[in-house]
Amino acid sequence: MPSERAPLRVGIAGSGNIGTDLMLKIERSPALELAGVAGIDPESDGLARAAARGHYTTAGGLATMLAEVGGIDLVCDATSARAHAEHARLLVERGIKSVDLTPAALGPAVIPPVNLEEHLDAPDVNLVTCGAQATVPIAAAIAATTPVAYAEIVSTISSRSAGPGTRANIDEFTQTTARALETVAGAERGKAIIILNPAEPPLKMRNTVYADVGEAELEPIAAAVTARVAEVAAYVPGYRLSAPPLLRDGTVTVLLEVTGAGDYLPEYAGNLDIMTSAAVRVAEMVAAREAGR
Amino acid sequence: MSGRRAVKIIDTTVRDGSHSVAHRFTPAQVATVAGALDRAGVWAVAVGHGDGLGAGSRQYGFAAHPDHELIAAAAAAMESSRIATALLPGIGTKEDLRAAHDAGASVVRVSTVCTEADIGVQHLGLARELGMLAHSHLNMAHIASPERIAENALIVAAAGGEAVYLVDSAGALMRDDVRAAVAALREALPAEVEIGIHEHNNLSLAVANSVAAIEEGATIVDVTLAGMGAGAGNCQAEPLVAVLDRLGYETGVDLLALQDVADGFVRPELMPGPIVIDRLTGTLGYAGVPASFLLHAIRAGERFDVDPREIVIELGRRKAVVGQEDMIIDVAAALAG
Repeated sequence: MPSERAPLRVGIAGSGNIGTDLMLKIERSPALELAGVAGIDPESDGLARAAARGHYTTAGGLATMLAEVGGIDLVCDATSARAHAEHARLLVERGIKSVDLTPAALGPAVIPPVNLEEHLDAPDVNLVTCGAQATVPIAAAIAATTPVAYAEIVSTISSRSAGPGTRANIDEFTQTTARALETVAGAERGKAIIILNPAEPPLKMRNTVYADVGEAELEPIAAAVTARVAEVAAYVPGYRLSAPPLLRDGTVTVLLEVTGAGDYLPEYAGNLDIMTSAAVRVAEMVAAREAGR
Repeated sequence: MSGRRAVKIIDTTVRDGSHSVAHRFTPAQVATVAGALDRAGVWAVAVGHGDGLGAGSRQYGFAAHPDHELIAAAAAAMESSRIATALLPGIGTKEDLRAAHDAGASVVRVSTVCTEADIGVQHLGLARELGMLAHSHLNMAHIASPERIAENALIVAAAGGEAVYLVDSAGALMRDDVRAAVAALREALPAEVEIGIHEHNNLSLAVANSVAAIEEGATIVDVTLAGMGAGAGNCQAEPLVAVLDRLGYETGVDLLALQDVADGFVRPELMPGPIVIDRLTGTLGYAGVPASFLLHAIRAGERFDVDPREIVIELGRRKAVVGQEDMIIDVAAALAG
């Protein structure tokens, strides 16, 4: 929402793939201004790029950035679950909002088109997983149309786009995603599956949502799904249906593909792009709200 | 024994065979097979959903009975053989492994694509903690070089894995591929880590490939009775045991007892039809597509009115891996256009 108010000042914690991709997206957003990038590795490509683009950088971590840079409104945390516990404390103390892209899951799980409005005031919001960002909007759209007794999702990502955190904690990925299908999408029961595919050239992220809907008709469900895909595509341009929604024996099947914007991360890494895009979406909504005050 | 090298036989009829019956095995069927295999002297019997613990789903099919019930039924029918179970990280979880252990499983095969062994580290660790034997199935072995597979095997060994299997999920490996991969594993791995082989018969090479692996140093082989299993089935137990005996290996298995349970129970009572290499199962091996996709490809072919072979060939072109059954619908829908 454009206004006379200054843009929201956003800091980034983490100078890896996610933090660096976020930097490029925040630079592009008229509602946001990048306040700086805090990493812990002085040799990282992310910090070098941020410095070359004229941004504040530090290899001293988030605490250093908070001490040296004033007026930060919001921090996107793209570090690790362990680091986020400490970061959340530092940020809350200073009244700075935090958008958590790690699996820490301290704050409420937020999937922008589904429940961002109700959590805009939360000091720390968690973006769950890429699988949840890609599929919960669809499961929620179906559940808003008709009761969903069971929702199951399958996310397939390219091996190249699966970082060490995901690899070491794959159970946590499936469990938190399944929980979001229940608590955020509103399915009675949720299950999540993740597959890593090592093909070269790398495959784009693809997702399948299965939803058990009993006797429901396909038409209103398909309409709700199509509308929701457009809502997500408004902030993740490469998000699309790869086939029209299907219904058989009481189960709806929705096939989705996510092409990344190709900012820092290559196009196949739709899984990473949907996380950084969701973080920027949250920041922009916060900015719009502040502007409206 | 007189210098005959020992080979451990793991029968996986009531795990891999589960694919051919859409995961409808009953505890009574599992108990009959497991009891007979125990008496025949196999080293271990693999039990559970075809796609591993916790795989009951829309994606792979819901099982008629949960894994822990099937494992408990097998345990009650067995005296000396071990119970093995499969876990595919990303599908099953540590929680599922604990339940399987509590029900009586003492071996786990943590199964990952052969280039992705690191996603199984936490599950191998839990298996060791529970006192189970921690084995690793490196699946889709036809997609990676022997060196790459060996690198992944070292991740398994570092995580405490006690055996690494070359898993030919698509039945697509040639004999020289098997030899090269097993030789690379044997050279890379510490001597105490065993090597296993898991074959599918889509190109009629399962027994030959299993023997080639054993000649290169593998000491564990996965088999199924009457060859029952995904695609054109697995390495058939009866001929493999006969061949190993002829070649001078010691399996400890009573061949006639094995034949009796295959012909007396598995063929008449368990198998929905004969396991054959036909135009579709043969294409799975030819295209390098996981054998477990068979029934799903047939169903998608009917649903979208497409030749399932075209679906399989396209899946091979798109390099689908184990677990990607949803891509079958995607491809079928695209082909139906």
